[in-house]
Amino acid sequence: MPEEIIHIKAPMDEKTVLGLRAGQKVLFDGVFYTARDSSHKRLVELIEQGKPLPIDLQGQVIYYVGPTPARPGQVIGSAGPTTSSRMDPYMEPLYKKGLKGTVGKGERSQEVIDLMKRYKAVHFSNIGGAAALIAKSIRKCDMIAFEDLGTEAIHRLEVEDFFAIVAYDTLGNDMYKEAIKIYSRQ
Amino acid sequence: MRQIEARHITEAVERLCVEANYVLGDDLVEALKGALEREESPSGRDVLSQLIDNARVSGEGQYPACQDTGFTIVFLEMGQGVQVIGGDLYQAINSGVARGYKKGYLRASIVKDPLKRVNTGDNTPAVIHTELRTGDRLKITVMAKGGGCENMSRSAMLTPAMGKQGVVNFVVDTVRRGAVNACPPVIVGVGVGGTFDECALISKKALLRPIGSPHHDPATAGLEKELLEEINNLGIGPQGLGGRITALTVHVEKYPCHIASLPVAVNMECHSHRVKTATL
Repeated sequence: MPEEIIHIKAPMDEKTVLGLRAGQKVLFDGVFYTARDSSHKRLVELIEQGKPLPIDLQGQVIYYVGPTPARPGQVIGSAGPTTSSRMDPYMEPLYKKGLKGTVGKGERSQEVIDLMKRYKAVHFSNIGGAAALIAKSIRKCDMIAFEDLGTEAIHRLEVEDFFAIVAYDTLGNDMYKEAIKIYSRQ
Repeated sequence: MRQIEARHITEAVERLCVEANYVLGDDLVEALKGALEREESPSGRDVLSQLIDNARVSGEGQYPACQDTGFTIVFLEMGQGVQVIGGDLYQAINSGVARGYKKGYLRASIVKDPLKRVNTGDNTPAVIHTELRTGDRLKITVMAKGGGCENMSRSAMLTPAMGKQGVVNFVVDTVRRGAVNACPPVIVGVGVGGTFDECALISKKALLRPIGSPHHDPATAGLEKELLEEINNLGIGPQGLGGRITALTVHVEKYPCHIASLPVAVNMECHSHRVKTATL
């Protein structure tokens, strides 16, 4: 596993996406959009109805997060990742719209790993439960769409030195499988 | 009868909701520090260091430990000599939850109808479990239970012939399937026996014991030790990045069961274990 941490920009260009390998640790600078269960459902419904999306997904990174409410003076409340695999059923239409990256915790289905190969996208994991620390790498947070969904609404985040690890790359490599194999005694 | 005013219950629940979400228990922080000493994987050690740091930051009271501030589970141990006056007990508890989540800037994570999925906006209703006891005190324990780890929980109705090995296999398999998504290092609550419903409940109650405190029954404590060793041989490690510490502890609770049955339930708990208690 490469130990050196690299800086990358979000949204991501094709060269960046294709160059990432499972296990690579990264620090993101740039823009993420937040979305989780209910907002994914709405995005995919809009696509199915042929309606425009509230965001252009080309090259973008979606962060699976439902933050706590910001206190006065805070940019955002605690903002750790939620479980990625719950979004698995919604992925193909989003990749078709140009989505290149997702950030969340935990594993993805083989189907999504195959979709990432097909659509040249990657998935990153960050540390679930380190939500107070993660909030400090978020510099700005703006409401974009589906405000009625509360914490599940789509927000635009500006991030700086946001830590993540490439969990699955465009070749179908699986960081979890490889890492666990090293320490398994079964 | 000893009278307790409903508004005092509301105040206690409000305070416990906030404390649970900001101030992680000493037992948990000690367990994370112990895990950091034992973990061999560099990535695993990185994660554990960050979790210890995260606990310190959340303890300052500005950012909750986790953005998933949980389903509020309230365990009541109510003395038979207690009379609640000035309001309904369960309403008093839910008012405390609503106030605590609002004042504490905690996330509202509950949808009213599981299929329509509209957020209730104040994290109510709580799930409330009440036990009657002797005496005239009211013990209130608030647990903020994360959804991601709860989703990885499972139960099964084994047959008596499957015995202890059947229980071990089911528990280890549940952790193997679910731990990466449940924010490891996890805390594993196991219920053995009872009925379908009681088994699940005791698996959750098992999580209330201080982390790493062995069961008072030596045989059950032995089972806990065996399960922890097998789970930590899975290699999943902190956050699934590979390592020795997949679980911080395994707590088992048992209950008598039917001659036909061997129920087993695994309640998965993330490392962001948030429990606080008050006695009125």
